[in-house]
Amino acid sequence: MSEQLTSRLTMLQAAFVVARRDFQAILFSRTFFFFLLGPLFPAIIMGISFGLGSMNAERQVAPTIAVQMGEKDTLRLQKARDKLARELGEWRVPALSIIEPDPNGVPLDVDEVLADTQGRYGAVLTGTLKEPVLTATPDRLGAWRGVVAMQLALTQSGGRIAYPDLETQEIKTSGLKTKDDRKRTAQISMTVLFMLMMMLAGMVLSNLVEEKANKIIEILAAALPMDAVFLGKLFAMLGVSLVGIIVWFSLAAGFFYLGGDIGGYRETIASLPQPGVGWPLFALLFVVNFSMGYLLIGSIFLAIGALASTVREVQTLSMPVTMIQLFIFIFASFSLTGASFWVEMATIAFPLSSPFAMTARAATSELLWPHLAAFLYQAVWVLIFIKLGAGLFRSRVMKSGGAGKAPKQPIWKRLLNRASPRAS
Amino acid sequence: MDMAVSDQVAASKLESDGQTRPLAIEARGLVKRFDDTIAVHNVDLSVPQGAIYGVLGPNGAGKTTTLRMLLGIIDPDEGVRRVFGYDQPHDIARLIGYLPEERGLYPSMKAIEAIAFMGALRGLSLDEGRKRGLELLEGHGLAHAADRQIRQLSKGMAQTVQLLGTLIHRPKLVVLDEPFSGLDAINQGKLERMIRQLADDGTTVIFSTHVIHHAERLCEGVAIIAGGKVPYAGSVEEARDRIPAQVRLETRAREGAWMKALPDDARREGDFFMFSLPEGGVEPLLRQLIEGEAGILSLSIERAGLHDAFVHIAGEAAAAEMGEGASSGDDQ
Repeated sequence: MSEQLTSRLTMLQAAFVVARRDFQAILFSRTFFFFLLGPLFPAIIMGISFGLGSMNAERQVAPTIAVQMGEKDTLRLQKARDKLARELGEWRVPALSIIEPDPNGVPLDVDEVLADTQGRYGAVLTGTLKEPVLTATPDRLGAWRGVVAMQLALTQSGGRIAYPDLETQEIKTSGLKTKDDRKRTAQISMTVLFMLMMMLAGMVLSNLVEEKANKIIEILAAALPMDAVFLGKLFAMLGVSLVGIIVWFSLAAGFFYLGGDIGGYRETIASLPQPGVGWPLFALLFVVNFSMGYLLIGSIFLAIGALASTVREVQTLSMPVTMIQLFIFIFASFSLTGASFWVEMATIAFPLSSPFAMTARAATSELLWPHLAAFLYQAVWVLIFIKLGAGLFRSRVMKSGGAGKAPKQPIWKRLLNRASPRAS
Repeated sequence: MDMAVSDQVAASKLESDGQTRPLAIEARGLVKRFDDTIAVHNVDLSVPQGAIYGVLGPNGAGKTTTLRMLLGIIDPDEGVRRVFGYDQPHDIARLIGYLPEERGLYPSMKAIEAIAFMGALRGLSLDEGRKRGLELLEGHGLAHAADRQIRQLSKGMAQTVQLLGTLIHRPKLVVLDEPFSGLDAINQGKLERMIRQLADDGTTVIFSTHVIHHAERLCEGVAIIAGGKVPYAGSVEEARDRIPAQVRLETRAREGAWMKALPDDARREGDFFMFSLPEGGVEPLLRQLIEGEAGILSLSIERAGLHDAFVHIAGEAAAAEMGEGASSGDDQ
């Protein structure tokens, strides 16, 4: 009996053996290629939707105000409108569509004009400049009443309102703008994080299901502590996920680099506000938070795998967890509302939302130490979840036999029995 | 063996049981419950090092649960288990090889890689595992399959690969759960030879089976398990001795005064009388038969088999649950 055989693998060594096998097996499988293609489909769908949306937007006619007044009034109103548009901006002041009066003197049927299904007219202005009548739906009235009133005021003053020259000085940013912009960065990064997690976390579950189907799990459980098996599986899946992310980002970068400035994306990227910790650290923290988030949700998935004894059960249980993921994302988004310090703390303290909240924080705050503290805090939770999952697995999945029937015990007694220390 | 292990192993000798060999496995009062079901109830086992030991019982008797507790896959709810003196078997995982009842291998893995991976689980480097794996495959006429994926192998070949993976790290204790299940007669014979070879090399082998003949041919000791309980654990010889030997007598005379010499339990079966061997042996009986001119044609003493012992110990019901395998020795 050599010494080599008598010492046991450490937890990390044992986890490494499992992680290495899983990582290599997945990375060099054909299915991984299809997995890499996965995000292409939503990207294509998004591209098509965007294209259709743009085409639709181009075809859409901006709503106008139908005007039927006397010839002179109409002319004055048009001049007032054009003057106001020069000051406020063309897009703020609705265009006027002149409807010639009926030669037979038939009054304009306002309802009929607004019922036009082509949707050209958002409101109808009738009467005279002194006694105008604006007819529209309440929302249109709310939006246009002031603008129309300003045009009418201009007609009353004969267009003699003088707008003084206003010298403007442009600055790149302000405290408020920085705050708002960083929130935008935070929201975008949280959403990207959430989408990556949604795409990738399920892999852990499918891996465990495969393991059960292959009946390997008992061999692993006999040789290694279940905690190490779970840890190894989680890190293998994390490694695969990171490889996937690197490939996707590299492909996207290459595509945009070679494909030119499609849709003006370079300006969009350049306009992205600088996160609180700066871009390099933000990128690093994003990877760290993704990793921790993945490990946390992955350990939950492993625990689910432990609860389920069939593939069907796993599928049934994974659906609510996916929904819970969505709720967690929404919960984490509360950290950006600025509603309360305690709400933000709650999103950081709740382990599953913590990586999202910390990603947002990396965008909005310059402080670094909270990230280290959160990392340690999340790591503790990963270990707790793994421990719980492994315990569940050992107690619920590795069942066999079942010969004698124990007398039914009250639940409190069963709980007490479980709480008592094991004999060995 | 390092000092810690030596001490532990030495300490695990059961002086009170009169064992001269140190124990590879010692279990006392093992209990395992699954929800409201008691799967294993108060199981005691003592398996000496170097022994071939069988756990006999029908399906669902608690064999697998017992083995899983011994291996540390699951913990007992009550009781103590020690493997080479360690109560946490994972601490000495490198000394143990395990073949579960439900055979499992990664279908896309090459045979040699599967063996090396199983070695890696027990602390062997992949390179060493591949080297040893190739030697083992060659030794079993499967060198040509080394680079073939598991899914491309026949069921028998895949089972052999898994068994070799179980032994790749040269364990001191091999635990086999229903190892003969699913094997044809030729491969069953090969496996029996392999188990004997392991024991000859000093390896302790414990296996579960519902086929008594395998245990009878191979085992030094057995635990009979039925309904989650172990009504007997000890040597095969002692189990057989629980039933008195049967005397089979054939006489020329059909009747006579000599019949008074026959024990009370004597019964006629065709041309023969069958009865338990008298406590004083067969010699006094022989004298009386000769003096009574019974005309002895033949007299044989037949020792009870393990199957009879199993029926005697576990009961007819358990024996019936063992099914065909119990009587025919064929679990195909």
